[in-house]
Amino acid sequence: MITQNEVQEAAIWQALHDVADPEIPRLSVVDLGVITHVMVDDQNKASITMTPTFSGCPAIHYMQDAIRERVASMPFSEVEVKVSFEEPWNSNKISERGRAILHESGFAPPPKHDGYIELSVLEDVPCPYCGSHNTTLQSPFGPTLCRSIHYCNACSQAFEQFKPVA
Amino acid sequence: MPLKDTSRAAIKDLLFRMADDCLILGHRNSEWVGIGPVLEEDIAFASIAQDKLGHALSLYNILHEHLGEPDADTLAFMRPEGQFKCCHLVEIPTQEYDIALVRHFLFDTADRLRFEMLVGSSFEPLAQLARKIKGEITYHTMHANAFLRQLSRGSEEAHFRMQSALNEVYPLALGIFEPSEFEEVLAQEGIFAGEAPLEKRWLETMTPILEQAGLTISTIAEAALGGRKGYHTEHLSPLLEEMSEVFAVDPTAEW
Repeated sequence: MITQNEVQEAAIWQALHDVADPEIPRLSVVDLGVITHVMVDDQNKASITMTPTFSGCPAIHYMQDAIRERVASMPFSEVEVKVSFEEPWNSNKISERGRAILHESGFAPPPKHDGYIELSVLEDVPCPYCGSHNTTLQSPFGPTLCRSIHYCNACSQAFEQFKPVA
Repeated sequence: MPLKDTSRAAIKDLLFRMADDCLILGHRNSEWVGIGPVLEEDIAFASIAQDKLGHALSLYNILHEHLGEPDADTLAFMRPEGQFKCCHLVEIPTQEYDIALVRHFLFDTADRLRFEMLVGSSFEPLAQLARKIKGEITYHTMHANAFLRQLSRGSEEAHFRMQSALNEVYPLALGIFEPSEFEEVLAQEGIFAGEAPLEKRWLETMTPILEQAGLTISTIAEAALGGRKGYHTEHLSPLLEEMSEVFAVDPTAEW
């Protein structure tokens, strides 16, 4: 049987799809994979746990505030948004929909990994514009901590990858 | 389970060493912003600097949330020099790119191995953070290894400069592993296996990379000690002053 709390929790997950990643506004914090836990207790208090993509991510408090604001518009007695490393983010946590949105936004989605990243993974990235694998890694560091810079030799276009993190 | 007093002191000492190293090296790395030898390196050092400051922040947060220390800003900007536990390697001015790159290689190899060792720490907040950070540092060592190999195998001058930089910086890097008075407690309580085992793994990890680069390390170099006990080079004080300038003028400033 589904409890009332579980119904509320599902409603929060749904609402969090409205909260966007500040860098890629089409991508929600849910599809980015940074929401790790949602709980509503018997006092009708909502607790949301999130985790940063990178520990030095400067956007974490911005996202925390945006999540709090979104859930505060729902009928809960109290809203708490915690940042925790208990369940750390890695790039496999980006949802399938999130990967599709990245691709549509002109970013190569991170390749799935099994807990270990090697340089070769970064060197074979298909171009998000023309699909060619004839690409070159320009730098594993890009305009934000979570992106690397590549160049497509087939369509002569520079592009970015949302980089894999173990 | 509440921590024993000896464990608390030992964990604090370990966290301050790690956090202060990351904070100071983060600032040194950030000095490349706008003046990197090529644009990609400018961005790389800026990103690595941002990661380092993030790691320092997360470590100071553990000290604040679990061990009763003041908040991260106070720890970073309000402590006197003598309370800093960073090693001398991170303090020296950035100077030339060869020095910066060799320091980056020596420090980040050790830092990655340290976090890998801490993944199994009995102090759970640190173990959790280590699981997160080790994935990020992979990119730092990847970058350091690639450039160390490329530059050392370049022209004769490039190789000479890389070897000279290594000769100059290596004794400072040995100071990373200056033992603390808590080595026994840390090992016994399963918090951290210790500086000596870390140094051993560091040498083993670097050997094949140095061989590929054609670089040699001195076997008679003497470690630059003192940093872990609060005795620093003349370079730390001006850096702390610069770092805390805004905070000193207006501690409530927001930007």
